[in-house]
Order: sequence, then structure tokens, then C-alpha cells
Amino acid sequence: MKRYSVFALAREALNRHQGWGRAWASPQPRGRYDVVVVGAGGHGLATAYYLARNHGIRNVAVLEKGWLGGGNTGRNTTIIRSNYLQDASAAIYDKSLQLYEGLSRDLNFNVMFSPRGLVMLAQTEHEVRAFHRTAHANLLQGVATEYIGPEQVRALIPAIRIEGPRYPVLGALWQPRGGTARHDAVAWGLARACSAMGIDIIENCEVTGIASAEGRVTGVSTSRGEIACNKLALVVAGHSSVLAEMAGFRLPLESVPLQALVSEPVKPCLDVVVMANTVHGYISQSDKGEMVIGGGSDGYNAYTQRGSFQHIQETLRALIETFPMLSRLKMLRQWGGIVDMTGDRSPILSKTPLGNCFINCGWGTGGFKAIPGSGWAMAELVARGEPGPLAAAFTLDRFREGRFIDESVAAGVAH
Amino acid sequence: MLILDCPCCGLRAEETEFTPGGQAHVPRAATGSSDAGFEAYLFLRHNPRGVHFERWRHSYGCGKWFIAARCTLTLEVFGTYAAQLTAPPPEVLDRIRSRRPEWEFRP
Repeated sequence: MKRYSVFALAREALNRHQGWGRAWASPQPRGRYDVVVVGAGGHGLATAYYLARNHGIRNVAVLEKGWLGGGNTGRNTTIIRSNYLQDASAAIYDKSLQLYEGLSRDLNFNVMFSPRGLVMLAQTEHEVRAFHRTAHANLLQGVATEYIGPEQVRALIPAIRIEGPRYPVLGALWQPRGGTARHDAVAWGLARACSAMGIDIIENCEVTGIASAEGRVTGVSTSRGEIACNKLALVVAGHSSVLAEMAGFRLPLESVPLQALVSEPVKPCLDVVVMANTVHGYISQSDKGEMVIGGGSDGYNAYTQRGSFQHIQETLRALIETFPMLSRLKMLRQWGGIVDMTGDRSPILSKTPLGNCFINCGWGTGGFKAIPGSGWAMAELVARGEPGPLAAAFTLDRFREGRFIDESVAAGVAH
Repeated sequence: MLILDCPCCGLRAEETEFTPGGQAHVPRAATGSSDAGFEAYLFLRHNPRGVHFERWRHSYGCGKWFIAARCTLTLEVFGTYAAQLTAPPPEVLDRIRSRRPEWEFRP
């Protein structure tokens, strides 16, 4: 791998930028790997990256049905935060935030992590109480958040309309370390680092079957041939149920489209991330100047990757009340990603009924922020065969045993 | 946009008139069921990429529950039928098989 640095830039400037080379290799799949990771989104690539970096396992293939980072990794609103209510969630999301803080240096790739601060608006009495509770919980967990009043919200966000009409801003949960990162760069940077450590990233390679014998996975059938493996990691977000069915078990998941859209670019006017959970809308301004807006998810199962139009209407109608300046903006693009929702709105990082098959799914509407932490915990689980402290609570059997990590009350839909 | 026919009142309307109610035909766990039985009833779902049987309520119409057979990938609706039925009626299964020859019914 050619290291990116100011010297490399100067050298290539003299060389008319002809010598950069490909960021990651595009190998043919081999017949057998120690570990096969299905899904080359952020979570799958981070799993492979930390398998190699933390556990020295480099005979790894990452299989991707489409193109790298073309699923939810390329479809989210890039928000990063760790202000969760439950201890198990705060631990893994804050680990992720800490890893994001050093990720550009780790990967030698600028992921444009921007800890610009994150405001979660409280617009009902219920939210005021819930966010006070979260702020107290975060204090005990060592996650720096603060409950702030409407005057402080106004100081942070001059463009906001504090007084209503339907949903006046009563206060907010403020996480100064929260922010955004460039989603594609996270996938590209991880892919480049994986490839440099000898991991095979194989795009356009759809898994069509999972072969098992005596309760263990022996390999996978793909559109590019049979691949045998000692361990299998399923990291495919919205399509997890489809792969689990190939492996012969069912998951506590429902897949629904979640939508986002961006406006035409405008001059800088919003320098924090704003989330409004009551109205299912969240907004930040990208470096290009576009307003990046996330909306609500559909109420019914679908794999359409576009979502229903009324959710865009609902989101924008509500956001315009809080940000009247948005009313004249044209929206440029809209898209949907398929998110896998669990009953308690917490992820699953777990062993499965097949002994050497592991699953990482259920991140629902909030997977992007968790990419490095999820990969760290998943690599530990795959390498040792047992979950480490970060993943221990997120087992598949918690739904049978009633040990929920209930974030649904705390977070609603918007992540 | 998903368009459904309510089998109870006969109206055709788009999805905002209805409320989705999750996977249909899930066997109910009750007193005496095992933990695994409750897990299956409360949490485990088929979540297919394709043919799906799903409960809906005509909330801004007649208010009644019904079941829709539809494709989660294309939003094609194969038919709707009364919520009292414990299994899909033969004409709906035939319609699905004519549109999706490779599909297998998983009760």
C-alpha cells in the first residue's frame, strides 16, 4: 500500500498524479479461507480489519453482492454519537466513537470525522424527562453529555425556531463529541487497510447458499463459485434474515426501508447535528453545503431501497416548522436503505445455532456510528469463538431469556 | 406506493389509509408455552425478501383487520383476505404460484 502523506502528494504532483495505483486489490476468490465475512459494508470491513489488526487473522475474504459500501454504508446520514441509555449500548457505541476519533490516523485515510457536536431536541415533556434520565445515565457511564435549556439551544443553532408552533423546543441533550464522518471514506479507508494486510475483498460475489454438516458451516456457494471456510461471519444488515434462512435458522428481525434526502448546497448555516425524535427528523450540513436530512422508516416489511413518499412529507413538514429557513430549499436526491429492526432496538452480535457461524445484525436505523466498535467486538467474537465484554450482552438468546437492552423507549426511531 | 383492496368493505386505497400490523399467521403462545414458544410468537419472524403474508387494519376506513399477501421486493399485491382465516385461501396461493413459480409456501 502506498502511504498517503504530504510528501506522497508532492511527489505525485510532480508525476502528474499517474502513480497512485488502486486503493485496494480486486482478487479472484480462492477455494478456502480461515474466515469468510459476508458483506463488505462498514461493519463487515471493520470486522475483517480488526480480525487482522487485533487478532492476526489475515486469511480472510470479505464477500460483497454488489459494490463495496453500496448498501446502508452509502445510504445513511453519517451521524455519530454515543448518548445511549443502557450501559451495554453506551459501552459499545462509545468505544466506536473513540475509535472514530483516531480512525483517519489508524487507516492512513481521511474519513473526515467531524466532531461538531450533536443536539437531540426535547420537544415534549416526555422527552425532557427522558433526556434528563439519559444525561444522568451517561454521567455514570463516563459518556460526556449534558442537558441544556432552550436558550443554550438557540445559542448553538441560531436558525432554529424555539417557540413552536406544534413542537416548541423545551431543551436538548447535548453531546459535544458527537458529529459526522464521510460514509464512503469509512468504507474505502477500511477496504484499503484490509487489502494492505492481505485480506481479499471480493465484489460482485453474491452468496447463494450456506453449506453445513454436523452443526457447523463448511462453506458458502456464491455467484463466483464455492468457497470453503473455517468460520463464517454474516454481516449484512437488512438482508440478515435472507442469509439466516440459507443457514437454517430464524432471526428476531424485521427489515424496513429508512429514507434520507439531501437539498441543494447552500452556504454554511448549521454547524451542529440536530436530531428531532418526536417528529422523526434529523439534519446536518455536509461539507459541500447540502442539508442532509434523515426521515422515518416505513411501518411494513420491504426490501425496496426507496421507501414510501408520505414519510418524506411528514419529515419535511415537521422540520420546516422547526427550521423555517428550509422551506425554500430544493431537495436534490432521495434514497432508502433496508434496516434490520430488532424488538428492543439493540443490535445482535452473537453465536448462532451453527457452531462456527457468527452474526452481526440488528443495528436498525443507527449502524453507521457503530462501525468501528461493532467491527472490534465482532472480530473478538469470531477470533475467540466467545463474545468479549463489548458484545456479551448482545446475544441472540436474549429474546428468549428476556434480557432486553431496551433502547426503543429512549431512542424512538431516529438514530 | 402500496395500494391495497380492503376485503371487508371492498374499498381500494393507498397505504396511508391503512396501518400495518406485522407478519400474519403467527401461532399464538399462551399459558403453558415454553420460552422458545414465546420467543417464536413475540420475536422470531420470517422477514422474507419476496412473498409475505401480513396483517393490515383499514384504520381510516371500516376499521377492520385483514391479511394481505404481497411481495416485499416489488410491492406487488397477490390478494387480500379476511383476518379470520388461519391460512391463506387457495385462490391467493394459486395467484402467488402463477406469479412466482419458484416460491414455496412456508406455514
